[in-house]
Order: sequence, then structure tokens, then C-alpha cells
Amino acid sequence: MNLPVNALLFERLRRIVGPRRLLLGTEQLRPYECDALTLHKAMPRAVVLAESEAEVCAVLSACHALGVPVVPRGAGTGLSGGATPHPDGIVLSLARLDRILSLDAATCTATVQPGVRNLAISEAAAALGLCYAPDPSSQVACSIGGNVAENSGGVHCLKYGLTLHNVQRVRAVTMQGEVIELGSSGPDAPGLDLLAVLVGSEGMLAVVTEVTVRLVPVPRVARCMLASFATVEDAATAVAALIAAGILPAGLEMLDQAAARLVEPHAHAGYDLDAAAILLCESDGTAEEVAEEIERMSAVLRGARATRVRVSVDEQERQRFWAGRKNAFPAAGRAAPAYYCMDGTIPRRHLGEMLLSIQRMEREFGLRCPNVFHAGDGNLHPLILFDDADPDSVRRAEALGAAILAESVRLGGTVTGEHGVGLEKLDSMCLQFGAAELAAFEGVKRAFDPAGLLNPGKAIPALHRCAELGGMRVRGGALPHADLPRF
Amino acid sequence: MDAAVTDLCDVVRAAAAAREPLRLRGGDTRHWLGGAVAGRELDLRPLSGIVSYEPSELVVTVRAGTRIDELEAELAARGQMLAFEPPRFAPASTVGGCIATGLAGPRRMARQPLGGAVRDHVLGVSVIDGRGGLLSFGGTVIKNVAGYDVSRMMVGSFGVLGILVDVSLKVLPRPVEEATLRFECDAGQALEWLRTWQARPLPLSGSVWCGGELQLRLSGASAAVAAARRELGGERVEATSWQALRDHQHPFFAGAAPLWRIAVPATAPRFADNEPELIEWGGMQRWLRSAQPAEQIRAWASRHGGHASCWRGGAPFMTPLPPAALAIQQRLKQQFDPAGILNPRRLFAEF
Repeated sequence: MNLPVNALLFERLRRIVGPRRLLLGTEQLRPYECDALTLHKAMPRAVVLAESEAEVCAVLSACHALGVPVVPRGAGTGLSGGATPHPDGIVLSLARLDRILSLDAATCTATVQPGVRNLAISEAAAALGLCYAPDPSSQVACSIGGNVAENSGGVHCLKYGLTLHNVQRVRAVTMQGEVIELGSSGPDAPGLDLLAVLVGSEGMLAVVTEVTVRLVPVPRVARCMLASFATVEDAATAVAALIAAGILPAGLEMLDQAAARLVEPHAHAGYDLDAAAILLCESDGTAEEVAEEIERMSAVLRGARATRVRVSVDEQERQRFWAGRKNAFPAAGRAAPAYYCMDGTIPRRHLGEMLLSIQRMEREFGLRCPNVFHAGDGNLHPLILFDDADPDSVRRAEALGAAILAESVRLGGTVTGEHGVGLEKLDSMCLQFGAAELAAFEGVKRAFDPAGLLNPGKAIPALHRCAELGGMRVRGGALPHADLPRF
Repeated sequence: MDAAVTDLCDVVRAAAAAREPLRLRGGDTRHWLGGAVAGRELDLRPLSGIVSYEPSELVVTVRAGTRIDELEAELAARGQMLAFEPPRFAPASTVGGCIATGLAGPRRMARQPLGGAVRDHVLGVSVIDGRGGLLSFGGTVIKNVAGYDVSRMMVGSFGVLGILVDVSLKVLPRPVEEATLRFECDAGQALEWLRTWQARPLPLSGSVWCGGELQLRLSGASAAVAAARRELGGERVEATSWQALRDHQHPFFAGAAPLWRIAVPATAPRFADNEPELIEWGGMQRWLRSAQPAEQIRAWASRHGGHASCWRGGAPFMTPLPPAALAIQQRLKQQFDPAGILNPRRLFAEF
């Protein structure tokens, strides 16, 4: 580390935010060494706690002038290492930009600062009978700025869309310290759609300082169904049958038997533990709509060989049905010293095949892997149970994860549905994209950040990294499971 | 990849080497929109046909030169639709033109999953960039955050970044029931009602106010449409006008007077009481026949948080961008089309 540069950098940052909001030294920096992906850790030079857009501009200009990398950070709940610090850079925390600037029932929008928690928007909008639809599982803690960076989903996105579909306008600051507005208060904006490319860009194109989200009316009624199946293939077929019947459930989740047995002792959800797989299927809307849809969904599920179908009789029972699904991650945490959550998406018609592949991989790698997933979107969250104190177990867990992602790509899917690439899936990206596409991504990055200082090294693997991996693959046997189809 | 595509890559590569501008065309039903392109015409209609269609996945992958009406007929046969209801202007209109111009129809005002913008329904694209390279972005799954979302950036890019080869679109089930309601009211009353209704859980899928009459379309489950009719009142009429409105065949669009599209929040007032105006999308899309100076119309739209584009009448097509945003857009153009040969100056005079 270059000490004169450090001294100069700290002096400039101190002039912008004062001494109390410039964090230095191991003790102060430790809480920022990783996000929710704890496998990757690094110490930044400093952490800056910004409190205004003007400070964000000044910090970015200063770092740009000194050639210092900047890693933006919201609540730090990301699962792919998108906010892992850069050892030569600083972390720019947006957590203190946490004000709801306006709520407008006339336009059904809320304008908020990036550090506002996802759930806080819906809580504030409830008085207007409105809510913010995307609901990632971390919604109690995760911030809207992070949601924009990751294009976060949730259990309701089959019906209500992702972050992208629910964000109308963003103010952001480029690495050069210039404010830009993407989208508008109207339905669109002139020229190329920069908002579409900023959403999901993992904090690598610009730092978000203000977000206008669309709000939707809170559904008047919601009811949930629980359907049991004798095989996972039957459950997967039922999902396809629902969609083919023209039904878009508000939530459509699947748990395999291992996952149901994992959560039931804690959640007492009343899951059928003899079923090979269960589906949670939710309908929301007006009372009339819900009654009509539940009727249609029951008929389809029974026609698709459900062995048992139950409909929640009241809100309490609906909450209990969901409690099992929502407890999957904590239950995994109790069942093993550690768990590793994957995030591939595949075309729905391959769900059955994918689950059989995962069962084969469990035997191959000697690890358990219960499955919960957003079945309606084909977005899988296999939970790999392992022992983080045992290096061999860690190695096998990472190898099993990579094998699942490779299988997702082989089945025509993607390595990440909603958690982002971050640092975690850089190698898997090489399976999904060729050199030409990766070069185009680099081009997009350069158009926004010519100096390459904003969250560098995330999301898009360098070409030489993929080439080296390819070389390893060719040498054969150097990578685990050379028998897996790859391209 | 078939010969038609590799041939097209060769054509682009040669044009890039010669710095020869290309005018991209499909059905050529939208050539009058945006800056005139001086360049050799590249006819993209031969790249046509449905590549794959899985109704149970709600996804169709289609060659960009496919006619919109042909695609919609295939979808309708399986009870599905393009929920963004793209304008067709004329039957020759293609999917490529629809994506490149990014225009949506009346269903744009509907909330997910009843409608939305074009880019809300794009899942992936294959494009030929300005170097003649074939690139693939996104895919055929609904949730996908691997890499930057280049496929959605192609929507509304007017061909300046690449030539669309294939497009994967999310499709949706057709609503079980639709109804059209009619109300007599002035624009102010219509805008006020629309604002109130938007905040309620009503299945609105189209609205148009023109000449003292508001028409409203409801789509959804039978029970939802029936309940909304009871809640809203109005007079039920035949749903004849939506297709004409969608395709700009509504009488409002006829004639030579300048035509402006104004995109603003629904809370914006009417531009002027004495200028012909057609209001769509719950108040967010306004069509204006006005000879007022372009600067005045654009300033009004900006003041209300939106923008104005000139569809007919000689002013530049798009509202000019602020310098920082323009610089990013110019650099994106430079990255995807370094020789500047793809539809130059169709979008902005600068590129």
C-alpha cells in the first residue's frame, strides 16, 4: 500500500465527510470485510459513510482523481460478494442515505434514498393502501439501492415482476462524480434505455442516490394452497400445467422431501412429509378473483396427479403454510455447520430432470442438498449442507455448487436468477458467455466508467480468467467431474 | 447458425471496413419515425419465423424479421398474447421494428401481469454488432441476472447498437374476460378519475380520452371484470376502438398537422385547452397536434418530469440529453458500432 497516497486520500475524504464518518483501522473496518457471502473477505483502505448525494459526488471525484477503486455498499445482505471490498480501494456506504423522500398516491410512486430498506417502503405506503411488490427474502434488512444493483426478485415476481419492472427512475453518480438521471417520472425517457442496463449492474456502472419505485394496490385477499406429489416429476408437471392453463399464481414455490423434512420440526407448517415434493400455490386479488382462481388451480393440480390438496382456511393458516418455506434457510443453518445457497434458473420444463441430477451429485460429492425453489420462475435454491471447519467439505461444497450451475447452463438456463454474479460466480460466467459477449460487457462498463474504478473485478470475468479455466478443463481431470457436459 | 445470418455478418463487416452507413429495415412501416438515415438499405425481412415456442414456459423465440401479426396469430392459437400490444402501423410491421422502436400500445398502462412496456417482456436477444460479430444476451428464462442486461437496452435503440437477429419474449395468457366502458367528461375530469382508479386494485388494461369521451378497458378474471364494472359505472360499449388506437389508425392521427408524443406523470395537467390532444395510459402518454414551437412543448414536458418526441412536423425526434448522459450514450454507440455505420443519426444528431 502506498502510504503517501493513503495520507492524501484520507485527508481528502476527511474534508468531505469529516473525521467521524471516515472509518479507518482494523477494528472499524472489520464489519465491512464481507457481505452475506462470508466465503470471500477483504479489508478496504477505508470506509466512508456518505449522508448526501453531494458527498457521494465529492467522494467519487476524489477517488477518480487519485485512481482509487470504490466499492458501493448498501445493507451488505448480498449473497454473491458484490460488496466485498477491494483491497486497494474504499467502501462507500450508502446506508445513511435512508430517507423516504415522497409517497404519492396520485402517481402510485415512492421516491426514496438508496439506503431505505425494501420492507420500509411497503410499511410507509400501507397507509395509502399501496405496497412495493418485489419482496426478496431479506426484505426486512436489504436496501432498495442494493435491490437496484442486483435486480432482486422474491416470491411474487412471476406475477408482479422483478426490481426492473417496478423501478421508474433512478438518480445516480458516475465514477467521474457526475449526476445522471435514468428513466423519468413519466413512462420512459429519451434515447437509449440506460435504466434497463443500470438495474442489475451490481454497482459497477454508477452509484445510485435516489430511486422512484412504482407502488401497487395491496391485494384485498390472499389464500394459499398446499399440494402433495408422489414424485418430483409430477410436481414439476403440475407447475407447467398451471401456467399452460393461463394461471399466474401470486406465488408458486416447491420444496422437495428433504427440504420439507428439514423445516417441519421448526416451523410446524403441517407439510406432508410422505410426499416426494410439495407445492405452495398462492392466489391474491379481490375476494371474487381469488375464489375463482383457487377453483381453477385446484382443478389443475388434481388433474396433474396431486395426491393431496389443501386450501388455507384463514390468514393464520396461510401464514403457517408460508412459515415452512420461509424457514428453509434457518433450518439449513441448524441442520449442518454451514450451508451454501445456489441460485440457478432453468426452463421450467426441465425441473424434474434438474432435481434428479442434483440427487446424483449429492451421492457423487458426499453432501446433502435439500431444494427449495421459486418453481414458477424456474429459479432454484439448492441448499448445500457442509462443514466449514473441514477444508475438504468446503472444497466439495464449492465443487457441487459449480456443478449445479454448469447443469443449469446445459439445460438452457442461467448461473444466477436473482443473487448476482459478484465474486462468487465469475468462473461460472465463463460457461454461460463467450469471449464476444464478455468483451461487449466490458464495453458497457467502459462507457459508464472509462477508468474502471467502480467496483472493479466483479460480475464480469476477465477474458484471461476464462481462458485459464478453459485450459484447465482441456487438461482433463484437473477440474472435478470432467464427465459433466460443458460448452 | 444458418447461412442467412453468417452472410449478414459478412455484409456488416464489409460495410464497417468501408465505413459505409447502413439503413436497417424490416417492414419499413416506421421509417418516418426519427432522423432520416442516409445509407445503403439492408432488408432484414428474410430473417423470419418462429424459432421456438413453449406455451407452458410463457416464452417465444422469434426471428426479428417475423411479422407481428403472424406471431400474434400463433400465440392466440394457444391462448396467449404479447402483453405490450405493440402498434403495427401496417400489416408488414415486424418484431424487429417493434423491439427497435420500443413502442407499446394501450396495454402499457396495465400493471404486471396484465401488460407493461416492451422491454419488460424481453428476455434475450441475438444481435449483430457494428463489427459484424454475432452476440447473444439474456436467454429464455424469466429470472436472469448474469451479466449486464444488454438485451433490454436494445429495446428502443432504433438499430443504432446492433441488428436484431432473434428475440426471446415473455408472453402472457390472454385475459379470460374483457369489457370496455365509456364516460362523457372533459380531460381534467378524466385525468382525475384515472388517478384515483390507478391506486385501486382494478384490472385496467387501456384508457383513452379524446374529444370529450373517456374509454376504459378492463381485462382479467370474469369475477374481477364484473366487480370492476359495478365499481366504476359508465356505459358498456363494444370494444371496437382499441385495435385502431393501437395501430395509430384512430382519426386523431390522420392529417398533416405536427404530431407530438408527450410522456409525463399522470398528474401533469393538459398541455393546452385549445389544442387537439389524445390522452392514453392513464394520463402518462399524451398525443398532441400542435404547431407551438418545439422548445415550448419540450420545456413543458420537462417541467412536468417527462419528455416530448416529435413524430411529425420537422423538429428533432428526441428531446436533447444532458451532457453527462449524452456522453455515456455516445460511448455505448462507439463500443457497439465503432465505425458508426448502423442507422447513423436515427436517434440523435450526435450519433
